[in-house]
Amino acid sequence: MKIVVLVKYVPEPTATWKFAPDYTVDRAGVEGRLSELDEYAVEQAAQLAEKGVADEVVFLTVGPAKATEGLRKALAIGGTSAVHVVDDAIKGSCALGTSLVLAKALEKVGYDLILTGMASTDAELSVVPQMVADRLGINQATFAGEVSVDGSSVSIRRDTDVATERVDVALPAIVSVTDQTGEARYPAFKAIMGAKKKPITTMSLADLGLDASQVGWPAASTTVIDVSPTPARTAGTIVTDDGTGAAQLAGFLADRGFI
Amino acid sequence: MSEVLVLAETTSAGVRKPTLELLTAARALGEPAAVVFGEASDQVVAQLGEYGATKVYAVSSPEMQEFLSLPKAEAVVQIAQAAHPVAVLVTSGPEGKDIAARVAVRLNAGILPDATAVSLEGDSVVGVQTVFAGRYQAKSRVERGPAVVTMRPNATAAEAAPAGAQVEQVDVSVGDNAKGARVASREPKVSTGRPELTDAAVVVAGGRGVGSEEGFQVIEKTADALGAAVGASRTVTDQHWAAHELQVGQTGKTVAPSLYVAAGISGAIQHRAGMQSSKTIVVVNKDAKAPMFQIADFGVVGDLHAVLPALIDEVAKRKG
Repeated sequence: MKIVVLVKYVPEPTATWKFAPDYTVDRAGVEGRLSELDEYAVEQAAQLAEKGVADEVVFLTVGPAKATEGLRKALAIGGTSAVHVVDDAIKGSCALGTSLVLAKALEKVGYDLILTGMASTDAELSVVPQMVADRLGINQATFAGEVSVDGSSVSIRRDTDVATERVDVALPAIVSVTDQTGEARYPAFKAIMGAKKKPITTMSLADLGLDASQVGWPAASTTVIDVSPTPARTAGTIVTDDGTGAAQLAGFLADRGFI
Repeated sequence: MSEVLVLAETTSAGVRKPTLELLTAARALGEPAAVVFGEASDQVVAQLGEYGATKVYAVSSPEMQEFLSLPKAEAVVQIAQAAHPVAVLVTSGPEGKDIAARVAVRLNAGILPDATAVSLEGDSVVGVQTVFAGRYQAKSRVERGPAVVTMRPNATAAEAAPAGAQVEQVDVSVGDNAKGARVASREPKVSTGRPELTDAAVVVAGGRGVGSEEGFQVIEKTADALGAAVGASRTVTDQHWAAHELQVGQTGKTVAPSLYVAAGISGAIQHRAGMQSSKTIVVVNKDAKAPMFQIADFGVVGDLHAVLPALIDEVAKRKG
């Protein structure tokens, strides 16, 4: 079985992010990393390879030149090889555009099972996996908290607001996993060195049979027209508990009508 | 006025509150038309009409429940192709995201996931999204409609605006390729008697500082004293001190109650992303340097195991 894991190279969540005038993130000034939420998918793929369920694991990313750093991190956790789709024309793509690029790349790479994280830690849209599934005409099982795979199908557990669902899907399929599936291992030095020898193939839009008018700004179905920082909360009253902390807190809650 | 399709979520108790919020938001864009999967009972239709739905599309094919998300997406696409709505509004959540994403691809339409507000600017739908773990508000215009919007629960207050809802039965043809993901079982969540976390006006949440599963009970008792829902940080749910479904944060629930009490939660950005729109925030933590205090309206630097039991007593005293 061939597993392709979709991974995203995102700005470091704890860094100070800046926006360029076109409201994209100014990536040059921000450290990047493999999205923490994709690491869970990388770990699941590595485990499936160790169990002998998968004989090939490929990591696929769409992103700027530096995104190879994210691929190297994934390759240190596991996997056989990686594919990096990089093209200046992709910048500014909406979710529809991104899913088109991913779907074309997946057709080229080939797959039985596609794994990815439940969301990216930057845009947090959680819609690209389903879009990829629709474009490829394959099944999906999203927000999986538990995954098991046999030769021809995948079973997942997922929690919604109102129910816990168990879902079976036939392969080929795309599965997005949550942080409930288990932390990714911390790669050993030897694995990090080994990852440097694993092959990374680079692809451009032309390699995927796409042209610049189909993605990026020209094709964007949504346009960001303004970005503003969330207003900072005004500093409140902080008291140190000297035995009267609870009484003071109760007073505050009563003043606000909560008691 | 154009229609706005609103995907209704119902339980045995009727229409869920997030759906009433959608109907309220939809009225700013056009005439709300609800889509109900399963039986559109008189109670459900009346409730939808109460919040402004002028039409209810009832889709009752059994495939809607038997397979995951895709039959519902097909139904929405078929209704949208006939009704030409200005927008399709869905509640953010696993199923809502599944449906919205597929609908957007099929209609080649712009999508705004996790919007907190929607409006019309000229003929375009504009939505506001909270991005980068809650640190920025991004405003986006949908360039190709119908605008497909998933809205965060609790972002808008549901307000009634009675309209007479007419029911229209819809026959949907569900293709075989929509039947690939079979729901093997669906266990409804067991009610705890407390308010639902995403709906609650008051949330009391515990973090690492509770120390243990037994330690978490003081959070539950405080919640009960305040008539609140119980929440937890990721550390607590990872340690199995509380159920995963109580997790608040980037990978859990997003809440925006009138009052959020964070006890023993240091306040990592991933947690704050899930609760920082709360109107009033109270923090109890031993560590005066906990980042959570930076967003507190009222904070107590102290041991939650001393402060919360004393608070429960104070509440009882004040209630008489």
